[in-house]
Amino acid sequence: MTTVTQPEGRSFRLSMLIYDSRYRSATIQIVALIGFLLLIGWLVSNTAQNLATLGKSVGFGFLGEPAGYDINQRLLDYDSRDTHARAGLIGLLNTLLVAVAGCVLATIVGVIVGVLRLSNNWLVARLMTVYVEMFRNVPVLLWIVFSMAILIETLPPPSAFRGDEPSASMLVGDSVALTNRGIYVPEPLFGRVDEEGNALSWRQGLGDVHLFGDSWIRFDVSLELIVILATLIAGIMVSGLIKTRADRIQNATGLRPTTWYWRAGVIIVPTAIVLWLMGFYLGKPELRGFNFGGGTHLRNSFIALWLALSLYTAAFIAEIVRGGILAISKGQTEAAAALGIRPRRIMSLVILPQALRVIIPPLISQYLNLTKNSSLAIAVGYMDLTGTLMGITLNQTGRELEAVMMTMLIYLGISLLISAGMNVYNNSVKLKER
Amino acid sequence: MADYSYVRKEMLPEREPPASEVGVIGWLRENLFSGWFNSILTVVSVVLIYLILAAIVPWLWSPTWGAGSLSECRDIVAELGKEHGGACYGVITERWQQLLFGFYPEELRWRPILTFVGLFVALAPVLFTDAFPRKMLWFTGAYLFLAPWLMWGGPIWTPLLVAAGPALGFVAFRFVARAAGTLAGVIAAGLVPILWWLLAVGPVAGAIQSVVPLGIELVESRLFGGFMLSVWIGVVAIAISLVLGVVLALGRQSDLMIVKYLSVGFIEFIRGVPLITLLFVASTLLNIFMPPGTNFDIILRVMIMATLFASAYIAEVVRGGLAALPRGQYEAADALGLDYWKAQRLVILPQALKISIPGIVSTFIGLFKDTTLVSIIGLLDPIGLTGSIRADANWNGIVWELYGFIALLFFLSCFSMSRYSMWLEKKLRTEHR
Repeated sequence: MTTVTQPEGRSFRLSMLIYDSRYRSATIQIVALIGFLLLIGWLVSNTAQNLATLGKSVGFGFLGEPAGYDINQRLLDYDSRDTHARAGLIGLLNTLLVAVAGCVLATIVGVIVGVLRLSNNWLVARLMTVYVEMFRNVPVLLWIVFSMAILIETLPPPSAFRGDEPSASMLVGDSVALTNRGIYVPEPLFGRVDEEGNALSWRQGLGDVHLFGDSWIRFDVSLELIVILATLIAGIMVSGLIKTRADRIQNATGLRPTTWYWRAGVIIVPTAIVLWLMGFYLGKPELRGFNFGGGTHLRNSFIALWLALSLYTAAFIAEIVRGGILAISKGQTEAAAALGIRPRRIMSLVILPQALRVIIPPLISQYLNLTKNSSLAIAVGYMDLTGTLMGITLNQTGRELEAVMMTMLIYLGISLLISAGMNVYNNSVKLKER
Repeated sequence: MADYSYVRKEMLPEREPPASEVGVIGWLRENLFSGWFNSILTVVSVVLIYLILAAIVPWLWSPTWGAGSLSECRDIVAELGKEHGGACYGVITERWQQLLFGFYPEELRWRPILTFVGLFVALAPVLFTDAFPRKMLWFTGAYLFLAPWLMWGGPIWTPLLVAAGPALGFVAFRFVARAAGTLAGVIAAGLVPILWWLLAVGPVAGAIQSVVPLGIELVESRLFGGFMLSVWIGVVAIAISLVLGVVLALGRQSDLMIVKYLSVGFIEFIRGVPLITLLFVASTLLNIFMPPGTNFDIILRVMIMATLFASAYIAEVVRGGLAALPRGQYEAADALGLDYWKAQRLVILPQALKISIPGIVSTFIGLFKDTTLVSIIGLLDPIGLTGSIRADANWNGIVWELYGFIALLFFLSCFSMSRYSMWLEKKLRTEHR
């Protein structure tokens, strides 16, 4: 008789958790997870203990309390009786303002410098190299405080514009004033009146729409702006229709009708008419007392931050653009030329689409860097998110934990949004290989 | 019979090329005036360069090195009859040591200098692999423990005992592995040094010090400042973050889902927030997160946050290096029967890290520039020091000279590092072909 015994090892042993590759990965992950949770728990219990010792509690009620401080550069209306939440919102908008303005200027300067660095003009190429190396190798914070110092120390004070023989004068037909308190530019206004106060247009401005009542996210939308935007969009859509028609004619007959003046006209003419009807005019800054009044006042802190961030980031963008153009092989140009495509179409149909695929991802990560670097605003007193929520609000309320965490999460949100946009773009231009 | 009227018998003498095609004129024509657009660009550039130089050079040329205050400078400049003023270099003469070392005690400044020189000796075998003997790597290892001791001072026993940690770990591995298997050995090798550092080093070092007092003067961190502080924060953060970054990069590439998501979460969080918010965490929150009673000084806290910051960026650089390796390397390691860690240690990481050295150098340059941010939370790095120099009545109102000096130092160090990184990149690229 033979007895059949169960082969050994079928039953589960504890050591199999480690030595059996079926279970090992699960074991490691669970250990990692437990370790992570323990770490979090340790940090939270420490925090709770410390806060209890300090007699503090965690809560976001402080956001509803009056802020009690003023913000001089703002996009929405705000005064010191508004809440901390409102102050944080104003700060966030200031962050976004300088980030967007910075990205635009940095892209323009960066593309020009990047292209000029490849110029066959020896002097220009060297000059651009000097620019790139100079800005890349000095900390951005130094550039920011440096440009602030330049604005304050070298520009004339408003008093220099006074008197019969002023030592400084306004630029562009007396409409722009560069002073050491900031730059005054004309502001767009509606509902122009003549000297007697009679409206020169059919309406004295259309007024504003107030949204969200009295809450902290309230804002006013100017009706003029909506009308102008609607006119512009309608014009662009009509222009698109004209293009579609021209394409159809070209496909049918091979001849493309000249349409550029039609396409420009349907955008410009209606907008101009609407502007005239609403009495659009530019309110110029004027010297009033010891300072300028009227117009839009761009403060030194904003200008300094904006210029320094843009020029610093532009140096990096220039390198990206240069690399992108160099990455396209000469064969592409030659192949397109062999197909009989004209030089300008080669650039727009063959080179640029390929170069952009190389350029855009690092370009967007530069935008991300610029947005994060805009938090250095605190060094020149520009009231961005860091200056309001993580600056004065934190100091006044003593809510370090909540304020710093909220600021980090908001920045994280902005970054994740930008990277999500980048991923969508990357997927849309990815080489479709089969 | 053909009728040749003329047959040339000898060659014509060679003639000089036309003057407009060679020499200075030819070069100018080709490089500066090759068309109307290029000519305009050249003229505009020349005018621009002239304007900038005309504004700066007369200001730069001003013999004020000996002046003791801003007003003295102005007197010297006025005597020279300069209309638009001149630079006041007296502040540099008087304060350059402070800008370099902060408030580090004067008679002890040989220590940071020695540390700095040692840094190059320690890095040489890593960065210039073929020019230096491999035995110098032993010094690199010792430097890790020597450098903090030189900077902060204190009894020599502390760094020696800290350095004994890895050795103890190795011994523990040997014994435990023989008795209870490799895995237990690895765990012991990890745990023993940590327990040793946390529990034993302090008391043991104190005990030995009381018997054999041997050490150098202790320097508190609050005296650290100037460029020394920037370099020191940068070096410490990069050195530690290299280890953390490699672990995070491996975690991000790993098949284990939870490990992967933890790594991705950490990396993306750190990369998504500005460094200044992390520095605020260091200055306001880090002490709240630690067990009650712990009190790190601010420079240590900043170093911790800078390390976490750098490790996320290093992790991305290393991930790039890992991704750049051909798949065949991974498959070959598998085919040889190497397990995960052996494959990483012997095949993957040596190659991946080598590819990522240029990226690591650029991360270091970025971090070195970013250390200026510590001035915002009140540390005395070069930019922070400009404020305290201006608070001196003698130098109240001085701006350009200080910023210019700081910018020059940063430019020189960052420019040379980036050139080195480019050279390295070129060298590595040819090696891979």
